Amino acid sequence: MKKDISKITNLTKVEKLEMRGIVKQFPGVLANDRIDFDVRAGEVHTLLGENGAGKSTLMKILYGIYHQDKGEIYVNEKLVNIRSPLDAIRLGIGMVHQHFMLVPTLTVAENVALGLRSSRKYLLDLDVVSERIRELAKDHGLYVDPEAKVWQLSVGEQQRVEIIKILYRGASLLILDEPTAVLTPQEVEELFRVLRSMVKRGYTIIFISHKLREVLSLSNRITILRDGHVVKTLPTAEATQEKLARLMVGREVLLQVEHPSVKLGRATLVLEGIWVQGDEGLPALRGIDLEVRSGEILGIAGVSGNGQSELAEVIAGLRKPTKGKVYIKGTEVTNWAPSQLLEYGLSYIPEERIRDGIVQEFTVEENLILKDHIHQPYANGIFMNFKNIARESERLISDFDIRTPSRYTSLKSLSGGNIQKLILARELSRKPGVLIASQPTRGLDVSATEYVHRQLIEQRTKLKTATLLISDDLDEILSLADRIAVIYEGKIMGVVKRNEVSVGELGMMMGGVHKDKIK
Amino acid sequence: MKYRDIREISMNFIPIAAFLLALLIGAIMIAFLGVNPLVAYHALLNGAFGSINALADTVVKATPLLFVGLGICIAFRAGVLNIGGEGQLVVGALSATIICLVFPNLTGWILILIALFFGFLGGAIWAGIAGFLKAYFNVNEILSTIMLNYIAVYGMNYLLRGPIMDPLQVKLGSFIPQTARLSQAVDLPRFIPTRLHLGTIIAIFFAILVYIFLWRTTIGFRIRMIGQNIQASRASGINVQKYMVLAFFLSGALVGLGGAIEVIGVHHRMFTDGSATGFTGSAGFNGIVAALFGQLHPIGTIPASLLLGALLTGANKMQRVVQVPSALIGALNGLIVIFVVGSEYLRRRQTRRVERIMKVEHNSKNKNKKEDK
Repeated sequence: MKKDISKITNLTKVEKLEMRGIVKQFPGVLANDRIDFDVRAGEVHTLLGENGAGKSTLMKILYGIYHQDKGEIYVNEKLVNIRSPLDAIRLGIGMVHQHFMLVPTLTVAENVALGLRSSRKYLLDLDVVSERIRELAKDHGLYVDPEAKVWQLSVGEQQRVEIIKILYRGASLLILDEPTAVLTPQEVEELFRVLRSMVKRGYTIIFISHKLREVLSLSNRITILRDGHVVKTLPTAEATQEKLARLMVGREVLLQVEHPSVKLGRATLVLEGIWVQGDEGLPALRGIDLEVRSGEILGIAGVSGNGQSELAEVIAGLRKPTKGKVYIKGTEVTNWAPSQLLEYGLSYIPEERIRDGIVQEFTVEENLILKDHIHQPYANGIFMNFKNIARESERLISDFDIRTPSRYTSLKSLSGGNIQKLILARELSRKPGVLIASQPTRGLDVSATEYVHRQLIEQRTKLKTATLLISDDLDEILSLADRIAVIYEGKIMGVVKRNEVSVGELGMMMGGVHKDKIK
Repeated sequence: MKYRDIREISMNFIPIAAFLLALLIGAIMIAFLGVNPLVAYHALLNGAFGSINALADTVVKATPLLFVGLGICIAFRAGVLNIGGEGQLVVGALSATIICLVFPNLTGWILILIALFFGFLGGAIWAGIAGFLKAYFNVNEILSTIMLNYIAVYGMNYLLRGPIMDPLQVKLGSFIPQTARLSQAVDLPRFIPTRLHLGTIIAIFFAILVYIFLWRTTIGFRIRMIGQNIQASRASGINVQKYMVLAFFLSGALVGLGGAIEVIGVHHRMFTDGSATGFTGSAGFNGIVAALFGQLHPIGTIPASLLLGALLTGANKMQRVVQVPSALIGALNGLIVIFVVGSEYLRRRQTRRVERIMKVEHNSKNKNKKEDK
């Protein structure tokens, strides 16, 4: 049974989509509980909710990946049965997944043409495809070179390819699953500009997110989901960040952390003229001078890919500097092994937390002792002391509110927020003198983000930890950091106090203008 | 809840189901040869467990499989593939043999210990070479261990046809490539009248030791950690290279020990037919199957080795009774390997599914908790 996507030209436009009383039961959990949802042409309707609220399930039902147990879907007032993504595409529904579905070694045109029948039967028609991509790109402002290989493209560009892919297939209703999670602030702005212009031309957009500011800026209506049911649907005009957060979490949420002042200690972490080679062999850091004092959070702001990852790695001992020196507590630690740095009071919350921060196959308890398992009280000589490990991990699980069925649960069963809490528990309980927190809330929902922020501030205030906070999220930096250093192409464009700088100035520095050149 | 438990328990039966499926296909093959598969399998079962002697032979056959399997457990847990069991068996056995030939007059127990130690060391160094190349020069360990197999076998052939050939063979002019019989003082104690020897007990002892090592010591913790996530290990301050070499070293050590025990427990001399199999009986490869069958768990590897040992012993009998070509036994063995290894994939997918269900259940539980507050 071979279905052919290319036959579905001239799709009827989706003018109205309605989902009525959608119920989806998974073993042990009601993922969608009688959900009503509708969207009309020319609007952006946001689905807002924490991780596990049922947003993705609902959208996967609409896109034909799951099938609802109960409830109906109407497109343009007609009852439809969506059995597979192909059915959805035939109805003019397209989805941009959070994780891109592209073949990196193929070109943009080849990726778009994948799965479509060629207009020349057995011969490829990539030139026709490229031409059409250029048209689409021009129409929608989605600039991308059809001949470029996908692996060469930035994340933002890859996302454009995903959007072009579904437009190419004739979709008039776009589902965007957390599209901004992987983008820089600039790329987000660019994406929103494109989406707004599409909506003006009568496209329909369902936007899934938990970033309140973005939701308010883009959408016309907002539906909030919690625990599988609709809490409320409201027009954006009636919404505020606080109100949305409260509806989403089900209690009052502190969006802005308190920021008590602290008497600063000595410069605990000092970098002097650090040069580092990036993965491509080009210098990723070009003469970085920084100092972080005990009791302060120094935020590193910048568009991602300007050397932030390398900066974190060089301090953590995972990347060797080609020039320059690193000092911790007055001792030179350049070229120390990671193990020595750990012993010397350095904690590291890595950007790629699944890759660098945990062992997924290990249990919660094992992950909590990943760094200190050779020390008392976790080990006596070479033998592990399971009694102490159990006691300490139970304590950390409860102190840091890690939601896990037990300490024996493998990390594969934990949510992203809980994994980050675990890393936080491990790194902060070591009572570090220096803490590198790299993208500490990326991909986390509101409650988890709030929690991480509170912990970082508490650590700085009570234990006077010198904290280097690296984040792509400018709001996060502005709310947590005492001082902000802006990084651009491996150089520091300037270091400023948080309350002595405007977002505009930071933006200019992030674009490569040195602080001194801003009047 | 119940649903999940059943899923979880059923997962452990997947390799057994795969094993039975392989036997079923074997049965079809036997039927095609014009033999009643029931009769054939009856002979197999009888040959493996039919008498005290048969049972003892099964256990004797299982012993080297267990040693190899234990070594494989350590390597695979460290995330490296040691395919060089054959070579490590040979080098371990050769080391033990040579030391026994050099010091024929030492007291039995001391010589046994020395022989075992040399077997241990020989295998360790042989695998350690592959480990070193992998850790510091990124040489693919599958290639290097297989190449080392060849070097070991040709080294053995050279030694057995020259320097350590039995002087009697030279004198008689028959030149069979084997050493002299080792001094009876180094014979491992046997459970007379069977061929069962002390080596089996040593193997089981080491299985427990490996279990303790991997799950109760900090070194085992680190070895398992590098096997699961190298990046996180590095970020946690572990010298990944060092532990990779160590894993290879210990893996080879256990295999080498198995080789030494084959010499002083079963053959009492070293011999060759030109290939590795002549001496090892392919234990270096079958041990990998045993380890996979035992879910890469040292304790699980004990029954898994026994099962494979039974198959090997019973197959001989089957061949004699129903006159099927010996190639069929090889084919049956291969079928089991394919099915068991293939089932590992299925099991992993199943595990993922169960974990996903658990995650969903767990999230819903948390939500209930929240609402209770």
